[in-house]
Amino acid sequence: MLDTARQVATPEGIEITLRLAGPVPRALAYLLDLLIRGAALIALSIAVSALGQFGMAIFLLTAFLLEWLYPVVFEVLASGATPGKRAMWLMVLNDDGTPVRWPASLTRNLLRALDFLPFFYFIGLLAMVINSDFKRLGDLAANTLVVYREHKPLKASIPESAAAVPLVTLSLSEQRTLLDFAERTSRITPERAAELAEIVSPLVGDNTGQAAVRQIVGIANHLAGRG
Amino acid sequence: MKQAAFENCYRDEIDRFEAWLDLAPKQRRRMKHDATTGLATDDVPAAYRHLCQLMALARDRQYSPDLVDRLNHLVLRGHHVLYGPAGGQRTRLLAFLANGFPALVRAERLLVLAAALLFFGPLLLLLVALQWHPDFVLHFVSPDQLAEYEEMYDPANARLGQRDSDDNVMMFAFYIWNNVKIGIQTFATGLAFGLGSVFYLLFNGTVIGAIAGYLTAVGHGEPFWSFVAGHSAMELIAIVLSGAAGMKLGGAVIAPGNLSRKAALVEAARPAIRIMYGAALMFLLAAFIEGFWSPLKVFPPTVKYAVGLALWALVVAYFTMAGRSRAT
Repeated sequence: MLDTARQVATPEGIEITLRLAGPVPRALAYLLDLLIRGAALIALSIAVSALGQFGMAIFLLTAFLLEWLYPVVFEVLASGATPGKRAMWLMVLNDDGTPVRWPASLTRNLLRALDFLPFFYFIGLLAMVINSDFKRLGDLAANTLVVYREHKPLKASIPESAAAVPLVTLSLSEQRTLLDFAERTSRITPERAAELAEIVSPLVGDNTGQAAVRQIVGIANHLAGRG
Repeated sequence: MKQAAFENCYRDEIDRFEAWLDLAPKQRRRMKHDATTGLATDDVPAAYRHLCQLMALARDRQYSPDLVDRLNHLVLRGHHVLYGPAGGQRTRLLAFLANGFPALVRAERLLVLAAALLFFGPLLLLLVALQWHPDFVLHFVSPDQLAEYEEMYDPANARLGQRDSDDNVMMFAFYIWNNVKIGIQTFATGLAFGLGSVFYLLFNGTVIGAIAGYLTAVGHGEPFWSFVAGHSAMELIAIVLSGAAGMKLGGAVIAPGNLSRKAALVEAARPAIRIMYGAALMFLLAAFIEGFWSPLKVFPPTVKYAVGLALWALVVAYFTMAGRSRAT
């Protein structure tokens, strides 16, 4: 199955979920970084133009550092993300979900020289769409992943209401679906909530519209053990 | 246990851990009891393990997705902090240069020798052959480039190997920018079954040999050799090592042994990138010599040759002898 959620087992014996980032957000992040680096170089070239050959030396050294070490320094020191990746909510992690360190980051970024060939990351893109973890060759050799940074989740909030006992026995996944729906009622329009609630007719009976929603939220309250 | 009871029971504990994660890294490292979170640094691993247990329970009992997501998020953040970089790596560079790097190169001596053969083979062959047939050089270097090189190494120039208008610092920066890029290319393209490394080694060996042979044959030998003598050891061996590191990657892809190709590649990348640390430092040194020492014309060629030979002897001695006492 094509799934962008990746389970990583930790030494504590549990699995945490990472969400892999595909080629498009990564390419956008790269373009953003390219813009930032380009702007920095243009600004620098104006600033040092008065210094003649010494200015040229500063420019060449900076161009070298920006080309090869810019991603490495940000990935290791700024929680796994260059400014471009940060803007796209991406970060680089080791395969086991731990933050990358110098060797892994250097490996994946030096191998850009190969991923870039023959033009504009063609090999890298090819590698990304072939393997299941969206890894370019640099990621394969360095054992790293590019994942979405988690948005800080909202605190769990099933709307409070009087508990209602469901009239049929519910399986665990059915129960979870109802809890999920109850939490989402605050984030979707009332009309959409009603539309969804009316689908489960064995539970809502003859109730329609907002009454059906209230019925489902009541069952969710019962399932969560309130009242 | 129903979800509401679970939340009531563990809400404080979960909130405490989140508050600890929200602290700045410096505050987190304090050993003593933290007033805002009620967590001492020593207690954090235990608190984290319990949080992991809570998440496993919440997931197993199919509690609501928002609760499971929040716990997953906290566990992930805790994982990053607890398994993050530990610091204290600064002293390792000296140990790496004194022992690790030469030992590593000796451990990969077969690859290094193969890379040296691919690079120095065509270099020496052309160097000798062009003494009899200088025109043969046109198969490898275009006439325009050749004219440029002839101008650079004209015995009448005030400085060696550079145009009189070039500034030393600028050339130093240019050599870093250009040479390290060649090194990285030679390394990175090796992952493609070693083909890229082999190509760049042969290619650079051929071009360097052709130019050296031609300039010697047409009588520009003295300025050329007294220019390149100083930095040749560092620069050429750094290219060879980059090629060897690249072939290490390629070798893992061609013959992964008992591992999967992916696992073999990851295994091979660790020593390979460490060889590249050393090679990068050598490129840096070479650029420094090339920028500031090599163009000097104050010293007679014999002095330049002597320094060049001494550096070759030093580099070879370093890779054959340094760090033996620590080698296992």
